[in-house]
Amino acid sequence: MIMIFGIPGPLLFGQLLLGLINGAFYAMLSLGLAVIFGMLNIINFAHGALFMMGAFAAWMLLNYFDIGYFPALILAPLLVGAFGIFLEKTIISRLYKLDHLYGLLLTFGLSLVIEGLFRNGYGSSGMPYRIPSLLQGATDLGFMFMPNYRGWVVLAAFVVCTATWLIIEKTSLGATLRAATENAPLVQAFGVNVPRLITLTYGGGIALAAFAGVLAAPIYSVNPNMGSNFINTVFAVVVIGGMGSILGSIVTGFGLGVIEGLTKVFYPQASATVVFVVMVIILLTRPRGLFGKAA
Amino acid sequence: MNLSRRAITLGGLATAAGTIAPLRSGFGQAKPKLKIGCLTDMSGPYKDLAGPGAAAAVHQALEEFGVAGKGFDVEVVVADHLNKPDVGTTVAREWFDRDGVDLIVEVANSGVALAVASVAKEKNKVYLNTGAATSDLTAAACNANTIHWVYDTYMLAQSTGGAMVKAGGDSWFFITADYAFGKALQRDTTEFVTGANGKVVGSVAYPFPGTTDFSSYLIQAQASGAKVLGMANAGTDTINTIKQAKEFGIKMQLAGLLLFLTDVHSLGLDVAQGIVLTDSFYWDMNDRARAFSDRFSAKVKGVRPTMVQAGVYSSTLHYLKAATAMGIEQAKKDGAATIAQLKAMPTDDDCFGKGSIRVDGRKIHPSYLWEVKKPSESKGPWDYYKPVATTAADKAFRPLDKGGCPLVKA
Repeated sequence: MIMIFGIPGPLLFGQLLLGLINGAFYAMLSLGLAVIFGMLNIINFAHGALFMMGAFAAWMLLNYFDIGYFPALILAPLLVGAFGIFLEKTIISRLYKLDHLYGLLLTFGLSLVIEGLFRNGYGSSGMPYRIPSLLQGATDLGFMFMPNYRGWVVLAAFVVCTATWLIIEKTSLGATLRAATENAPLVQAFGVNVPRLITLTYGGGIALAAFAGVLAAPIYSVNPNMGSNFINTVFAVVVIGGMGSILGSIVTGFGLGVIEGLTKVFYPQASATVVFVVMVIILLTRPRGLFGKAA
Repeated sequence: MNLSRRAITLGGLATAAGTIAPLRSGFGQAKPKLKIGCLTDMSGPYKDLAGPGAAAAVHQALEEFGVAGKGFDVEVVVADHLNKPDVGTTVAREWFDRDGVDLIVEVANSGVALAVASVAKEKNKVYLNTGAATSDLTAAACNANTIHWVYDTYMLAQSTGGAMVKAGGDSWFFITADYAFGKALQRDTTEFVTGANGKVVGSVAYPFPGTTDFSSYLIQAQASGAKVLGMANAGTDTINTIKQAKEFGIKMQLAGLLLFLTDVHSLGLDVAQGIVLTDSFYWDMNDRARAFSDRFSAKVKGVRPTMVQAGVYSSTLHYLKAATAMGIEQAKKDGAATIAQLKAMPTDDDCFGKGSIRVDGRKIHPSYLWEVKKPSESKGPWDYYKPVATTAADKAFRPLDKGGCPLVKA
């Protein structure tokens, strides 16, 4: 058997793959955060709570309306995205003229309220959500037993991330969006409804979080705290990738998933900390993050 | 004009308050009042197995004891320790020093539980723990103000660990929550596994709280070649471990070293079926337990009680009996004397039947090994366990002389 750093080769490859899977969640969540920060200048701390709402929406659709996993994958992001738009219209839009800190505090408070409400209604142990029958079972990759569902998660995350990147970087809609962030009054002068564009962007970012939530529902227990477990790591991902950088958050998300996965083999106790160690190193050497633009 | 009217009103209020205050304290002297603090996890991973259900169990004990006719009052306060030892000790200190709390019950989470035990000793109050697992509470960390009521890591390790080794599971790999509880559970189980000629081939300690993905540890466990996967964790962590073990087709036997009824409810029987676990109380285990559970469920949205919640009921009830027997004033004055009174009286309630409390603070009753039913065997919601084995009360817990508790005189 091949040994790498005293670890059997197959085990190490398995861990790399698992890291990539977790990285898929980081990438999807940090992508939404990066889009929202890049376009709205809001540090959206409610992202974890909205991710959780996505998982809950899938659970509710199944249990109250008998709507299965695949329709939920479309419906849940739409519903939670609509809720995001409601939040943006009624509350968050009032803070655009203020310092970042106000947005951070507001969204942090919102996430506490949302999680508290769900905890009150559904308890903290979580609800079961089954893997759809089409994706059950597993494939033997030789070095590892790979659940089909996890493979699907990586694929779905990759497609969604690429699509988002293409929309923002390569389409005229994306160009307008980016222009609006640079100089809103000028873009408005060209007849573009900038406030509506911003609202839709927020809704889109939230829909991404909810999509990740639906993907997560069959893997983790659907419980009110599931988002807060992710959110700190995801913020570190955004900071390392460069605040507001779309490509940065995708690449860093997958990359940090792998680093975390390897830490789980060599020194599991540090697996929750390693991301922040990387963040400190990056901030010391490249304060704007790996993909951040110079001021 | 306006100003003077306001001044008059304020003056009037002050006089009114002045006359009410002495009246109130006058009543207080006539009728002594016990204050019970239920310190628990109201928002974190242990909320369902303890939490609001534990607070409801305190009230149920008060009602069934019939405080109203006994010539004293009882007030209940509830707080969330957020699974942080510093928060737990701060609340305990405030309760004892400022709010006049006489008894703290519950305190799930071993880290917080150990911290609160030393505060109870320092302030000479009464502390009845039901939710924490660490067997250290009645070993090196034992004291004359603490009773450990429901279960501990030794009981779980002996019952589940012993049974699995006997059934051929002689090599183990542990996935352990990296804090007081997980380490104690792994240590105690390891003793039983090696004592029965089994071996432990490896373990991982993962960061707690905040870990949701266990797949990496599961693959390591699988690669170790061990037959049994010992899950030295609890609550949502155990739920996620079991779910993901199923997903990754882990062929090992799963040992739920600490699994609660609410965990099985959350997992669903199709995932949880066949898992072997140990609880000292199950709502459907006999007529008295069923009667208690029906009364409990009537209060708490049809949910069935866990052994922790049953323990809160049982311990509060016993405390009220002891406090009445020795006199409320005396019970308020001296926590250690109250604990001595609790230990002197035999226990008897619907949940745990007849039992006793040892000098080291260990409440003694039988422990039960259960197997989770198949979906086809279950008659409906909450019908989850079938009995496998019983360990008699005198064998269920660590022998008195083995713990190293200073209260035990050699």
